[in-house]
Amino acid sequence: MKPIKDLIRRRKRWDAIFAICGLAALMVGVLTFTALFVDMAIDGVGRLSWDFFTNFPSRRPGQAGILSAWVGSTLVMLTTAFFAVPLGVAAGIYLEEYAPKNWVTDVIEINITNLAGVPSIVYGLLALGLFVYQFGLGQSILSAGLTLALLILPVVIVATREAIRSIPQAIREGSYALGATQWQTVRYHILPYSSAGILTGIIIGMARAIGETAPIITIGALTFIAFLPPAPVTSEPPFLSFEWLMSPFSVMPIQMFNWTSRPEAAFQANAAAAGFVLVLMTLAMNGLAIWLRYRLRRNIKW
Amino acid sequence: MLFLAALVSVFTTVGIVYILVKESVVFFEQVPISKFLTDTQWTPLFDDAHFGIMVLLSGTLTSSAVALSIAIPLGTVIAIYLSEFAPFKLREVAKPFLEMLGGVPTIIYGYFALLFVTPLLQKIYPELPGFNLLAAGIVMGIMIIPYVSSISEDAMRAVPMSLREGSYAMGATRFQTAVKVVVPAAFSGIASAYILGISRAVGETMILAVAAGMQPNLTFNPLEPAATITAFIVQVALGDLPHGSVGYQTIFAAGLTLMVFTLICNIGGHLLRKSFREAY
Repeated sequence: MKPIKDLIRRRKRWDAIFAICGLAALMVGVLTFTALFVDMAIDGVGRLSWDFFTNFPSRRPGQAGILSAWVGSTLVMLTTAFFAVPLGVAAGIYLEEYAPKNWVTDVIEINITNLAGVPSIVYGLLALGLFVYQFGLGQSILSAGLTLALLILPVVIVATREAIRSIPQAIREGSYALGATQWQTVRYHILPYSSAGILTGIIIGMARAIGETAPIITIGALTFIAFLPPAPVTSEPPFLSFEWLMSPFSVMPIQMFNWTSRPEAAFQANAAAAGFVLVLMTLAMNGLAIWLRYRLRRNIKW
Repeated sequence: MLFLAALVSVFTTVGIVYILVKESVVFFEQVPISKFLTDTQWTPLFDDAHFGIMVLLSGTLTSSAVALSIAIPLGTVIAIYLSEFAPFKLREVAKPFLEMLGGVPTIIYGYFALLFVTPLLQKIYPELPGFNLLAAGIVMGIMIIPYVSSISEDAMRAVPMSLREGSYAMGATRFQTAVKVVVPAAFSGIASAYILGISRAVGETMILAVAAGMQPNLTFNPLEPAATITAFIVQVALGDLPHGSVGYQTIFAAGLTLMVFTLICNIGGHLLRKSFREAY
């Protein structure tokens, strides 16, 4: 009996050792994240003030702020959402509800998988060649918004498809049995039931877009912008102006990159402060998406 | 209408390939492809211009190797732990947390590598230059962990319970079951996670542009500064290069190299995943 007991004890020990390794590996992630967050908070929190949000970037680090960066980020995000959400949701609905099983559908599906793996800087090159020069949109908010829209399109499509796929077939059959057309079924059943899942995907996509730096640098966004784009609402009719779409701009991650790459420590404190704001923004968005998904999983019972 | 929306993704791919190939063709008319692949210098912006992609490729490969030597072991261990060992509550907390880790903008990681990890490494190894591939690679590895662990974990969760029960019934411990039954059964899925990790590492831009310096340097030593393909594109884009010059076209040739590399990885990963889906 004794050798068997020894054997069992030895094997069990390996179980325990591995469990500790697993926890340690997980802790590496947790600790890095904590270090990153705390380091950035310590360096940057001194710079966080009302002025920091309402000042333009400046050559004097003490007066520099992120006004043009956060305004630029907001406008670019609006443009991105305007293009990516309808396109992504429509594509997702098509692939799940309408697409016939043929080679065209296969090509589209493989394409989406592939696009999700293309490095973001390649999207930047696409935008530089296509939007900036061939379409003549220049280094504008519109170019950047379109680029980021293409970048997050796979995320939105995949999320839409997954949300739609989780709706049981019986719902569709019930709708058809009452004489609804395919479009009516989609409009009154599929879309409302999948909206929370789609929203989750959109938020995750936007969180990714707001932190993307490389493609926007590639299209040549300026890093030193001391003016705001023209206001979208004017006092004269027709009250809405779209001039801001063509305006040069800067965004949060670029402002941070610019400050990080300067040698003076004072600018690096600015970078930390801008980074802190950026991390809080993406964490809030991701957290919201995760919370939505969690609630969704608990509440829906078909 | 919906069909057109779905086609946008195809247009994007076609657009990417068209733009990269079009500009690269002009580039390769001026620089022979044999020179591009074999030259050991990369000085496209000097008068005495050399275009040896090897120089940039060495930086990309070295930093990716450092990143993967961190991401693959840690990611795999985390995946096995979460799928086979961790109590339910811990998994519910750990998975969203890892997702958040993957959602942090890469520029933030770049800042962290340059101003936190490098000074830390300099305490251990004082001769380390301020820009180096090591710190960038380590941080990049930590960034990739969530990608590797979440796909591997999904693959392991897809292994039918009956396989595990069979193993337990034979008297195997958890560790034995995990290593000898679950991992081999999920292997193609795990391998595709590694491949996606590789393509992530190769395409990573901002961490390297910030923390690894932008000097082209033909080296496989992670303690030196070096430029990667992606960092070079950023460097050129930051300057003011006239549209249509050779310098402008080099970034498209560099981008094409990158695209071909990641495309091979992605297709490989896709094929592997497909074979793993059909396994049961």
